[in-house]
Amino acid sequence: MESGLTAGFERLLATDQRIEPRDWMPEAYRATLIRQIAQHAHSEIIGMQPEGNWIGRAPSLRRKAILIAKVQDEAGHGLYLYSACETLGVQRADLLDLLHSGQQKYSSIFNYPTLSWADIGAIGWLVDGAAITNQVALCHCSYGPYARAMVRICKEESFHQRQGFDLLSTLAHGTPAQRAMAQDAVDRWWWPSLMMFGPPDDASPHSAQSMAWRIKRHSNDELRQKFVDIVVPQAAAAGLTLPDPELRWNEERGHYDIGAIDWAEFWHVVNGAGPCNRQRMERRTRAHEEGRWVREAAVAHAAKHGERSGAGQASRAGAAA
Amino acid sequence: MSRDWPLWEVFVRSRRGLSHIHAGSVHAPDAQMALRNARDLYTRRQEGVSIWVVPSAAVTASSPDEKDPFFAPAADKAYRHPTFYDIPSEVQHL
Repeated sequence: MESGLTAGFERLLATDQRIEPRDWMPEAYRATLIRQIAQHAHSEIIGMQPEGNWIGRAPSLRRKAILIAKVQDEAGHGLYLYSACETLGVQRADLLDLLHSGQQKYSSIFNYPTLSWADIGAIGWLVDGAAITNQVALCHCSYGPYARAMVRICKEESFHQRQGFDLLSTLAHGTPAQRAMAQDAVDRWWWPSLMMFGPPDDASPHSAQSMAWRIKRHSNDELRQKFVDIVVPQAAAAGLTLPDPELRWNEERGHYDIGAIDWAEFWHVVNGAGPCNRQRMERRTRAHEEGRWVREAAVAHAAKHGERSGAGQASRAGAAA
Repeated sequence: MSRDWPLWEVFVRSRRGLSHIHAGSVHAPDAQMALRNARDLYTRRQEGVSIWVVPSAAVTASSPDEKDPFFAPAADKAYRHPTFYDIPSEVQHL
């Protein structure tokens, strides 16, 4: 029985078809997806904090409106991903508990502080740029709900990256002080952005299995290279430099070479000792606790008024079909 | 007993003349909140002119595991398709 199920699953993968929620799947495939999608969802939600930090201090109404829209998108991306994760048989409240207790992680990039307004540009251009490179690949991953969430997210991320580039480029062509602020932000965000693709291929223990399951379609190093090749000319167009003296075009490979990434720093931050790890978690758990009365009030209201209006609504929709 | 609000499936009509299409799902305590949450989540960029929300528990689905027998009756009825029939090339408008 089990071997027949496995064969069916393998056949779907081999013909590049999608696995859907009610299909049989190996428990390890399910567990890997839950871990990955939950971490991705948590990253979107925690990612609201470094940018939300600047909403009240945006330099113009236009920039403020853009930043609010972007932060709202991040909340939406988190919700798409939590929904995708729940199709695997987990509950959202449990996923949030795992985040709050530190048993599930979020992307380390959000443990760096946003020190200046230019950081908002650097996040949009570099951090979201790196995220898009990863996420475009995930649009073709083998699990249907995850791939569909990624398609929606990628459409929206494009605005995020462009507004970031526009913001940084505007500063880079401004006063000397603005220019210096833009360059400083790029200097601080460049290396952490490259780390977002994860450890090098020879030190990435789960990669081979994820590739075999077609959850991952490209290796960490391939995606990192792709991102570097895209971003280097963009930096030149914005009049900004990237903080890597070894960065140069390699004619033979047809790619840019980069210097060595400081993986000790990466693991340091992953393991909880980054500049903002504690602050991010404190703020997340506080927001969750402080919202408790709202969740309870909504349930009480639904219990009091719900059934009547709920039923009426359903029959009207049915009649309209 | 779930600690989450009930789950609702969201269907969005992107513009007049098209049918509602499944967009995703939301949690909400009641139908009205489900509609509002769905609006905020799935139509931030004018993706819709109408939304339905349906309790996920109310959906009855065929199982993918039963795929072959369940959909098999349609497999051997090629004569339901117009391409099944050979028509002389000089015959027009058929």
